[in-house]
Amino acid sequence: MATIHIDGKTYEAKAGENLLEAILSQHLDLPYFCWHPSMGSIGACRQCAIITYSDENDTRGRIGMACMTSVTDGMRVSVEAPLAKDFRSTVIEWLMENHPHDCPVCEEGGECHLQDMTVMTGHSMRRYTGTKRTWENQNLGPFIGHEMNRCITCYRCVRFYDEYAGGTDLAAFGSRGRMYFGRFEDGTLESEFAGNLVEVCPTGVFTDKPFAQSYTRKWDLQSAPSICVGCAVGCNVFPAERYGDLKRITNRYHGELNGYFLCDRGRFGSHFVNHEKRIKHAGVRTRSGDYEFGDVSNAIKVAGATLRDGAIGIGSPRASFENNFALRELVGAENFCTGIIEAELEVIKTALDVISRQGIVVPSLKQVEDADAILILGEDIANTAARTALSVRQAVRTKSFEMATDAHIPTWQDAGVRGHAKSEKSALFIATPATTRLDDIATQVTSGSVSELVAFGSSICTKIRSSTASSDDFAGRVASTLRTAKAPLIITGSSLQSIELVQVAANICFALQEHDQPSSFLFVPAEVNSVGVSLLEGGLSLSTALQRMEEGKAAVVLENDLYFRAPAESVDSALGPGNFVVLDTLENRTAEHASVVFPAATYAEQTGTFVNYETRAQRFYQVFNPQDEIAPAWLWLSQLAETLGTGATWESYASVLDQCAEHTYSQLREIAPSSDYRIGTTSRIPRQSHRYSGRTAMNAQVNIHEPKAKVDTDTPFSYSMEGQNPGDQNGATIPYVWSPGWNSNQSVFKFQQEVAGKLAGGDPGLRLIESNGAQLQYFDVETPELSRRDGSFEVIPLHLVFGSDEMSNQSWPIRARVPAPFVLLSQQDATNLGVKSGMGLKVEGITESLEVQVDSRLPSGVIGLPQGLAEIPQREIDRVHLSVDQEFVVRTNVNPEVIAKG
Amino acid sequence: MLSQIKTLWTVFVHLFKRNETVQYPEEMPYQAPRYRGRIILTRDPDGEERCVACNLCAVACPVDCIALQKTEKDEDGRWYPEFFRINFSRCIMCGMCEEACPTYAIQLTPDFELCEFDRNNMVYEKEHLLIDGTGKYPDYSFWHVAGKTIDGKDKGEAQNENKPEDVRSLLP
Repeated sequence: MATIHIDGKTYEAKAGENLLEAILSQHLDLPYFCWHPSMGSIGACRQCAIITYSDENDTRGRIGMACMTSVTDGMRVSVEAPLAKDFRSTVIEWLMENHPHDCPVCEEGGECHLQDMTVMTGHSMRRYTGTKRTWENQNLGPFIGHEMNRCITCYRCVRFYDEYAGGTDLAAFGSRGRMYFGRFEDGTLESEFAGNLVEVCPTGVFTDKPFAQSYTRKWDLQSAPSICVGCAVGCNVFPAERYGDLKRITNRYHGELNGYFLCDRGRFGSHFVNHEKRIKHAGVRTRSGDYEFGDVSNAIKVAGATLRDGAIGIGSPRASFENNFALRELVGAENFCTGIIEAELEVIKTALDVISRQGIVVPSLKQVEDADAILILGEDIANTAARTALSVRQAVRTKSFEMATDAHIPTWQDAGVRGHAKSEKSALFIATPATTRLDDIATQVTSGSVSELVAFGSSICTKIRSSTASSDDFAGRVASTLRTAKAPLIITGSSLQSIELVQVAANICFALQEHDQPSSFLFVPAEVNSVGVSLLEGGLSLSTALQRMEEGKAAVVLENDLYFRAPAESVDSALGPGNFVVLDTLENRTAEHASVVFPAATYAEQTGTFVNYETRAQRFYQVFNPQDEIAPAWLWLSQLAETLGTGATWESYASVLDQCAEHTYSQLREIAPSSDYRIGTTSRIPRQSHRYSGRTAMNAQVNIHEPKAKVDTDTPFSYSMEGQNPGDQNGATIPYVWSPGWNSNQSVFKFQQEVAGKLAGGDPGLRLIESNGAQLQYFDVETPELSRRDGSFEVIPLHLVFGSDEMSNQSWPIRARVPAPFVLLSQQDATNLGVKSGMGLKVEGITESLEVQVDSRLPSGVIGLPQGLAEIPQREIDRVHLSVDQEFVVRTNVNPEVIAKG
Repeated sequence: MLSQIKTLWTVFVHLFKRNETVQYPEEMPYQAPRYRGRIILTRDPDGEERCVACNLCAVACPVDCIALQKTEKDEDGRWYPEFFRINFSRCIMCGMCEEACPTYAIQLTPDFELCEFDRNNMVYEKEHLLIDGTGKYPDYSFWHVAGKTIDGKDKGEAQNENKPEDVRSLLP
């Protein structure tokens, strides 16, 4: 720690951090542009000027950039000195010379860092009378808008996109006053992290295109803390609503998980909430096959009659923990099925078993970034849990930080650290079936079928255990690197649905433990609540449940399109009798066959809990009141229980949560404060900003009398602008970030204990599984044998960041990025079959011909089939035959012109 | 005594002064153009809607009686309000919206006669608010000052703008 004197006051700071961080960590105001807490300093914008004094007798001092100054003990600085203030205001005036007169028609207006900084420095009147420089914009695809005139050349975009996220198609062009930030030519920004440009750009050059379509100012949005439903990472987000529509998703800072960044599936994948196929009324299927809406009590009565003689319940990994629990209470644990197919469920359960072993560390994403040797076994994390891949990208920089520290370069000195490290990276070994988007930073990669990957993992394990083994082959090199690393990390997942892979990854961890090495184990499940629903013990497997349904047993299907999970034939026959009730958000093929359909709330319309890959349970809160008859699934289930006279009934979220915590994990109560939590003694936390407009006009066309704001009995939030959002409240209860003078998302530092550290009120969420002290025990791994015969091919499921997630697939911006159905083929097999990329191939069991994509890494005898595309139905992983389709015409999957707005 | 005589004299003198009372409503009193009465939305000199749906009027409104939603015209590039609603039963004619408007779209007029038997009729939608003229500011056109491209005004064609830079030029 160091003591520093800022404008005559004494503060404590960390020695060695930069002065800008130190000043902001004290929640003082100092304008800046190019510095970013996750990306360090480059000193490009000259905005954070301060005066430093050599000692207490120095009255003149000298001007310097706070972001490029190391904190030293006893240093004296001034932020408020007239010279420093003048300097900062002059810099802003220069930056504004070419800035267009756009604020009223700019999507950044009202949450613009440039606006904030201009006001903060005091520059208000334009003195420059010359002409303004202009630029042509580019079309950057369906996610990002481009308005280059607004650029202030801070370089944050390319530093994030290229250096932080590893993108290759955004660059800085030109020189001096003619810097252009864009692509070489028009086209979609390829990186799955492009959406972060919206938040990284301090002004309106990069904007959220889907949000701009029905734009709302930040101050008019109603929001609440929530959890992204895109994958199992559980990134914290702010969904925001206006006029009953979910308008956009922005990042909600979480010090241990997502930090400042989200992936594009998370940012643009939530428009399914406004989809035209939303189920909004309870409906009963009539004899003609249509649904009859309008009578809720009748629907409940009919559903009650359907379920009268006992029913089974099929839960869902995309439904909240409480909703799954409510279903289990209704049907009883022995009749409850998690809704995940057996192969995947077994993998998850094995992983949960490993997590509970002694000494196994499940790293948060922040801990992932500190790893110095990573082995990725089987999982294509850039597609299945994209945010994790971004953290792995930072982890390979661990070595460059070590080198910088040795050379006395401060770690925040970004250009210095990168320049000194050159291409030196920490070890990253990737063993996956096909090419991944992390290959560019990998030390070495290998490919193989599932059984080959398992064998590869086993060999690493053996080599770690035997101290004499040579390290000249790949497995040996991985073994010796992991054994000597300070923080080794093993990453695997459920996407290949191979228990052996998880077991062998665990064995490697155990082997490292035997050598007194720390062993981090990161298991990537598929969906937002895969872990949560797996923790709820269910007596039925999915295939047994489908079997029972086929036999005519009544069932309740909770937020689960069975066609998305189980092979189509088995679902077809299970749904045949039509003797089941569906609770879901969107019309889907499963709901089409149901005898009664109830409209369930999406995550933005209810309060609940999701459990992420770390087993971290996190609360998400209702953002807005759902329309029509839409209600949380637990409420419908409670009404069904009342009709049936079995199971428990609940009236409020608090009562479900109470019972759920009692029967499952008591931590569920502690992950977020209860509904009587208040700021001070009386203040609720407002969902709306204090500038929320239109209160007396937004419903006036319906009713001239303003409706009374709904009183929220479930949460500490208010459905109005009343209350306080001070910043130091419990970290799980921050509905939006705003601070006086800081209208943009940069204000988040006022909510943190220190810049880029924990939230002032603590990072949200608690882990449900901690180590139970069980000793390590090697799994006896059987390498699955899949002999190649009769010219057939082994099928590997491919997961796509855009296309393999059930709900984000229904979000219209994501649809524009979902690829046309394809089949991944190895180079050798393509030659043997005489096909090239872009030609057509018929795959046994799939009606449509698929476009060939040749992958340089895929082993021969193996093909990859994308998961989740409508044209490629769910199937058991097996072997298939291929035949060439000569008439095939390449399709572009979606014409952006015809994408109907959801 | 003296005071009472003075008062009588003042009253007497007023008998010969011009009458200030007008026979409203038969006779309309003069209203200055900047009188703050009924609110209108104006068009720019091109005849297009001036309102760009920036929401500044709505946020400036102390009684929150303005609600609108931004949308865009096909391929035109202009922002405009999909709906624009003022609840005049809440409006206090303070003129803050007019002050906040960066495009001179929203203006208050001298018309103060806003009486209805039914409060519902006090809710004005865009079709009730939008007039065909420019109102008090005949010459101003926001889109010719702003940097965004719209139909008929490309990059570099707004006031005080250079022609767009050539990204591929190697000249310093």
